[in-house]
Amino acid sequence: MTIFRMLLLSLIGLAALGVVRTRDLVSQVLALTFYGMLLAVMFFAFQAPDVALSQIVIGAVALPLMIMLVLARMRHRERTLAEQKDGR
Amino acid sequence: MSQKVRLRIFWICAAGFACIYFLVAKNLPPWGHYRGPYGDVISSLSVYERHATDVVNAIDYDYRGFDTLAEEFILFTSVLGVMMLLRPPERKATPSATAEESMSPAVQLAALPCFAILILFGLYMSTHGQLTPGGGFQGGVIIASAPMLVYVAEHFRAFKRITSHPLVEGLEAAGAAGYAVIGVTAFAAGVPFLTNWVPLGVTGKVFSSGTIAAISACVGLEVATAFLLLSYTYLAEIIADAGKTK
Amino acid sequence: MNSVIHTFPYLVAGWVFLCGLYGIVTSRHLVHMVVSMAVLQTSTYILLLNIGFRQSGAAPVFADLPPSTRIVDPIVQALMLTDIVVEATVVALVLAFVVKAHENAGTLSPDDLRMMRG
Repeated sequence: MTIFRMLLLSLIGLAALGVVRTRDLVSQVLALTFYGMLLAVMFFAFQAPDVALSQIVIGAVALPLMIMLVLARMRHRERTLAEQKDGR
Repeated sequence: MSQKVRLRIFWICAAGFACIYFLVAKNLPPWGHYRGPYGDVISSLSVYERHATDVVNAIDYDYRGFDTLAEEFILFTSVLGVMMLLRPPERKATPSATAEESMSPAVQLAALPCFAILILFGLYMSTHGQLTPGGGFQGGVIIASAPMLVYVAEHFRAFKRITSHPLVEGLEAAGAAGYAVIGVTAFAAGVPFLTNWVPLGVTGKVFSSGTIAAISACVGLEVATAFLLLSYTYLAEIIADAGKTK
Repeated sequence: MNSVIHTFPYLVAGWVFLCGLYGIVTSRHLVHMVVSMAVLQTSTYILLLNIGFRQSGAAPVFADLPPSTRIVDPIVQALMLTDIVVEATVVALVLAFVVKAHENAGTLSPDDLRMMRG
C-alpha cells in the first residue's frame, strides 16, 4: 500500500508539471481535470473521503465548467467583433 | 522585464526555495507517523459530545463553525463580485423560433432521469453530512450541476428559465443568512454564538447531531444556488446573443 | 529507503508548488495563469494531507467503526475541505477579472497588459 501511495504521489508530481507545460488552453483544461481526478484518487488512498468527494465535484464540475465557459465567452466575443468589422 | 530575465530570477528563487524546503521537510515528523494530540482528542470526543459520526463535518460545522461561516461569506461575496463584474449587457434578446434548437430526443430522454438522480443525490449528500462522508459543499455542487444537463440536452432558454429565476438569488441569500441565524438562535438558549444547543438525538440517525445537520443543509442551499448563479453569469452573454442571432 | 519514504511526500508538495509558480512565471495567457494558480494551490492539499496521515489509520468516519479505532488526523482534512471550496471561489473571481481585462484591453497576454505595469 505504501508503494502504491508513493507511485500515486509521483504521478501527481508529473501531472502537475504536465498541466502547467500545456500551452493549448482547451487541452490544459482537460489536463487540469485529469489532475483533479488524480488528486481525488490520492485523497481516497490517504483516508480522506470527505475531501475526495469535494475534490471530485470541484475538480470535475466547477473548475472546468467555469474555465470552459470563459473560453467560450471570449471566442464568442471575438467572433462578434470580427463580424461587426466585416459588416462595416 | 523580459521573459528571459524573469525566468532567470525564477530559477534562482526556486533553487533557494528548494534548499530551504528540503531542510524543513527532512525535519518534519516522518511521514505516516502523525503525533499531534489534537486529531486524537477531537476524534475521541466528537461521537460522544456531538453524536456526529463524520468527524470532519463535526469539525467543519461545529468545532470550527465560525471559520466556516466566514468561508461561506467568502463564497457569497465572490459570487456577488462575479455578478457585478460580468453584468449581462442590457440588450433586448428577441426570441425567435429558431433558437429552440435542441439535441436529439435520445439525449433528452437520457438527461431526464439523470437530472432527477443528480438532484436526489445532491439532497441526500447535503442532509447526511453528519453521518457519512459528504456534506453541504459537495451536495450543493452536485445539485448545481443538474441544470447544466438541461443546458446540454435542451436549448439555452430552458436553462435560463431555471437559473435566472428570482428565487435562486433569494435562496442564496437565505442559505447564507440561515447559517448566521442558526448561530444567533444559540443566544435564545443563553449560550454563546454557534453553540450546538439543539437536542442531539440518537447517534447514527438522520436527525441527530443538533445544529450540524441544519448548518450542513443551509450550506448546501447556499453552495447550490451560488454555483447556479456563477454558471448563469458566465453564460449570460452567449445566451443573450444566441437568442438574438440564431 | 525508509528515510526516503519519510520525506518524499513532503517534497512532492514543494515540487507541485514550484510547478505552479513556474507556470505563472512563464505564462503567456491569463487563463493559463489562472490554471497554474489552481495547480499552485493544490500543493497545500498535498502537504496538509501528508502531515495528518498515519499509517494503518482509518478514515475519520465512525459510522461503522468502533469508537477507539486509530484514525488519521481529521483536523487537516477539515482545513482541506475549506481550502478546496476557497480555491473554486478564487478561480471564479479571478476569471471574472480576466474576462473584464479581455473586454477592456483586447489582449490576454500578461506582458501586453499595460495597465498592469507598475
